Amino acid sequence: MNPSADAAPILALRGLRKRFGAVVVADGIDLAVRAGEALGVLGPNGAGKTTLFGMVTGTVRPDAGTVMFEGRDVTALSPARRCRQGMARSFQVPQPFAGLTVFENLVAAASFGAGEGERATYDRCAAILERCGLMARANERAGGLRLLDRKRLELARALATRPKLLLLDEVAGGLTESECAVLVDLVREVRAGGVTVVWIEHVLHALAAVADRVVVLHGGRLIAEGRADEVVRVPAVAEVYMGIPVDA
Amino acid sequence: MSAAPAAPAQVSHGTRASRIGLPLFLLLLVALAAAPWWTDRQGMRLLGEVYAYAALASLWNLLAGYSGLVTVGQQAFVGLGAYVLFSAALLFGVNPLWGIPAAGLLGALAAVPVAALTFRLRGAYFAIGTWVVAEVFRLLAAQFTALGGGSGTSLPASVVASIASGRAAREQLLYWLALGLAVLILAAILLLLRSRHGLALAAIRDNEVAARSCGIEVDRTRLAVFVVASGGAAMVGALIFLQKLRISPDAAFSVNDWTALVIFIAVIGGIGRVEGPLIGTALFFLLRETLSQLGSLYLMVLGAVAIAVMLLAPRGLWGVLADRLGWQVFPLARRLEPRAPPLGTAPPPTTRHALAGADHENRGDTR
Ligand SMILES: Nc1ncnc2c1ncn2[C@@H]1O[C@H](COP(=O)(O)OP(=O)(O)OP(=O)(O)O)[C@@H](O)[C@H]1O
Ligand SMILES: [Mg+2]
Repeated sequence: MNPSADAAPILALRGLRKRFGAVVVADGIDLAVRAGEALGVLGPNGAGKTTLFGMVTGTVRPDAGTVMFEGRDVTALSPARRCRQGMARSFQVPQPFAGLTVFENLVAAASFGAGEGERATYDRCAAILERCGLMARANERAGGLRLLDRKRLELARALATRPKLLLLDEVAGGLTESECAVLVDLVREVRAGGVTVVWIEHVLHALAAVADRVVVLHGGRLIAEGRADEVVRVPAVAEVYMGIPVDA
Repeated sequence: MSAAPAAPAQVSHGTRASRIGLPLFLLLLVALAAAPWWTDRQGMRLLGEVYAYAALASLWNLLAGYSGLVTVGQQAFVGLGAYVLFSAALLFGVNPLWGIPAAGLLGALAAVPVAALTFRLRGAYFAIGTWVVAEVFRLLAAQFTALGGGSGTSLPASVVASIASGRAAREQLLYWLALGLAVLILAAILLLLRSRHGLALAAIRDNEVAARSCGIEVDRTRLAVFVVASGGAAMVGALIFLQKLRISPDAAFSVNDWTALVIFIAVIGGIGRVEGPLIGTALFFLLRETLSQLGSLYLMVLGAVAIAVMLLAPRGLWGVLADRLGWQVFPLARRLEPRAPPLGTAPPPTTRHALAGADHENRGDTR
């Protein structure tokens, strides 16, 4: 891939490889993400998108290759260290701290992920809850939330860690048209605040509204790159998506 | 972060219930501290036992209920503490009272290699692993001929006399020590849970992968709580056997006495709440004191109670009270209070700052 030379990449992946048994989910992935960029990631089910996020954030160990974050090799660092250095992710299948309240979920992430004293995080956590539409649920146990609120919590909790690089894994799935518009606004606003965003999403119009650039992952390789509207017209991509309804 | 929104977020830790419950609890503590004036030796002995179990059950709850470390090897540290105290007194001539902090220190130290061995294991395997470690401790103690090997030993009269002058004074002192140690352990647990590390523990318990991804050092946090809890259990063990004046490997490392009963107490009281083990202890001793003349039927009643609680109230007795009636003694909650509605036509608070990225100069990985 080919980032413009003027901005140093905040994230650079070099030769990432990963296989689960016989399934190759990453077959030498090279990718650079510029600071401040919003990158979309497309790819059919099972393409290895979530695994890629796992390798970037440290929950999945690559078989080979390196992950560079802000110019430093973080491949050997724990997920916790990477988070404190400024990476945050949402999980495709929401992973709330079920026994804590929604507010406490954020305070935990804010305090440890951003390295702030607990009290110092309260205002910011409250503001994030407000912005993510979770204020009414602030004092409810996260384990009791319905799916939509769980997804909101994923995003809110990731924001609470004060990321420089925010990795979103299918946060728009299942949202109504208007909910999706609210989400798009929110991600744009986050990005305007200086956060680099990498967003895996099947909901193409949401991605197109935010991403400057989209890459397509298939069979463990990046098979296409470009603006969202260009990428879907690449023959290889059309083929991959043949028969798969893409909400465009 | 400069431009804060209009009103700062209000977070309250207590509830109306805890504003009633906490003073009541403190009142109870004062009454218990005065027990030497309102009860006899028998009563003081019984209460001393109650405090030991309340402390052990609270520590077990900290591990299992708050940190996801379901151990059945707590007796390893109870026994270790007891043996440290007896060794210090019999082999090195140390005043047995100093044996209690020494036991805490060595128990905490011993927890490090035990954690190194058992933390690789998950769930049921971790539980079994801790039990195996405790059995190894017991077998080692049985080889300890200086303290009577497998049959154990007693504290000689001269050592007993060095605790305090006269039997009444000694029993009073041990009573207050038992109460003081239980309060100390409870206070330490409360402070831990009130801090952000309490949130980290719960986060780890609920979802390890997510906790790591939110910047929480899972292994380090777990190790720290295991070390602290083990040191606490060792101090309690030292004090229990200082009251008994006699030690043996089977008694000191008894899985029944120091883990099975402790789990029973935590389960009936309610795991994952600080109040649970305290209520469970009270309930257990109530059952034991009223039913012990029933002989083996007593154990069957205990079993039936445990099963009934697990089926009907899996969150324990306190869990039911807390869920249904909102009861709470200790102000551990973090309730975000709704902001006061803006006066007049004040503009909505700006929230943009909350979503902004970290400022890149002021933030590094400093830990
Ligand atoms: N821990 C694992 N062990 C074995 N196989 C795995 C594991 N994680 C993922 N896989 C497999 O790797 C492949 C890629 O999975 P991944 O979740 O990364 O895909 P994805 O692109 O995120 O798909 P989706 O769009 O469905 O979320 C799938 O075939 C999946 O079954
Ligand atoms: Mg996925």
